Amino acid sequence: MKLEGRKIYKGIAEGEAIVTEDGISFYGGVDPDSGRVVEVGHELEGQSVTGKVLVFPSGKGSTVGSYTMYRMMKNNTAPAAIVNEQIDTIIAVGCIISEIPCVDRIDIGNIKTGQKLIVNGSEGTVEVK
Amino acid sequence: MKMKLTPEEEDMLDGKYGKAAQKSMEILTTLGEIFGAECMVGVSGVQIAGVSYANLGEAGLEFLSEMAEDGKVRVLTTLNPAGMDRENWQALGIDEEFAKNQNRVIDAFAKMGVITTCSCTPYLIGNAPHFGQHLAWAESSAVCYSNSVIGARTNREGGPSALASAITGTTPEYGYHLDGNRHGEVLVKVNAPVKGTDEFGVLGKVIGDKLVELGKKIPFITGISSATVEELKSFCASVATYGGTALFHMESITPEYDRYPKPSEIVFEVDQEDLEKGRSELVDDDIEIDFVSIGCPHASIHEIAKIASLLEGKKVKKEFWITTARPTKRIADEAGYSRIIEDARAKFAADTCCVVAPIKGRFKGMMVDSAKACYYARSRHKFKVKIGSVEECVEEAVR
Repeated sequence: MKLEGRKIYKGIAEGEAIVTEDGISFYGGVDPDSGRVVEVGHELEGQSVTGKVLVFPSGKGSTVGSYTMYRMMKNNTAPAAIVNEQIDTIIAVGCIISEIPCVDRIDIGNIKTGQKLIVNGSEGTVEVK
Repeated sequence: MKMKLTPEEEDMLDGKYGKAAQKSMEILTTLGEIFGAECMVGVSGVQIAGVSYANLGEAGLEFLSEMAEDGKVRVLTTLNPAGMDRENWQALGIDEEFAKNQNRVIDAFAKMGVITTCSCTPYLIGNAPHFGQHLAWAESSAVCYSNSVIGARTNREGGPSALASAITGTTPEYGYHLDGNRHGEVLVKVNAPVKGTDEFGVLGKVIGDKLVELGKKIPFITGISSATVEELKSFCASVATYGGTALFHMESITPEYDRYPKPSEIVFEVDQEDLEKGRSELVDDDIEIDFVSIGCPHASIHEIAKIASLLEGKKVKKEFWITTARPTKRIADEAGYSRIIEDARAKFAADTCCVVAPIKGRFKGMMVDSAKACYYARSRHKFKVKIGSVEECVEEAVR
């Protein structure tokens, strides 16, 4: 199944999907050293996003979150790609400065945690294998 | 949809102007495409937020250092408050490790040609746009002031996008840059007298909270007969904090109030009892005040003159910070206000403020004249808060 969305940041990445219905705040909500979600009560609390295709509706929280994503890239704890329903400024800027492929306008209900995905940020597509 | 770029903008995107300009143009064109901009527009000035090391951390610092390798700003660019007073940090209890890292951040900005004034009131200290100019400003209170009180045009930028605009001299043309997005959406009738920075802050909270409830952003406010620069500065900070507002119109006060039709479909009124309720929400129960601060947003020279006259010949008994821009502090030094204030044992904290300084848990209860400071003192520093007028703040400090 190939889902058509909108390209946000270029590049192609393959990885296992980790899907949540909750928004994500990288600043304070994700630990850039371990790559784990640390927001209390978050659906993904305690789980690592490192190397995975992180699928969530939209970003939230402080604009400093873009810098946290950059830190994760430097620490090798960043997700391989990001898929959103509706991109926000923090995630968009974070993907650009950290060079993480990103696509939005995807109905994330079509994606299940554990599925193998190929995200093509240059074309704006997500392939579910 | 692809944005229309000039040949020079294309060259930046292709890397012909270096790595920092390329990354900057990538950020700006991507945001432009997300928000439906057709082209870029030149900016005459930039205000960068995200300066405190307490917010940026090592991650932000690394990014800035990388941009500073070959990035140079093309337009007038100033900085938001840092996490400490750059000259007087030791006296204010900032540790040496933090000071070292904070200076690395400021050095990275300086290397790019940014004027490192470290203030949330750039419009008081030389980054002063005129009506109609396009800007790329971060710092929500200054964004609101420049759009509303000056009639310049800027979206609410974040740290990286503001820096990108500084390096390229442009911003994508969408949002508040366009006439069609600047008209008032909600008519707000204020039916009570409003006076003083604290009361304008309370009004900002009352209106901001209501806008969030209505899902609207731009109020058209009537019933305010006059307002000083300091009162408007306080109102801007508050309505931006509580309502996410980047632009308002105020009848007979702000320059664009009669440029667009007055909204009539959604109306709400603010009466004396609404202001009283708003004020009561900014006073915590059982507060024990051990910290008083004035200068959110940064105190103007007029406010400092007033504090000096209130403090003359007295001694404060509680920690009392006046947060302001370094250039304003220099004027206060020249005029003799600083001597009076420091003789009273109050302290200046220039370059920084009570929102971004690393003071979490250091005090129990804070008294301020700013509704914005109340919000952040509660959420970031876990202080109890009480809002009051400048006179009441000084009274509390000397009690």
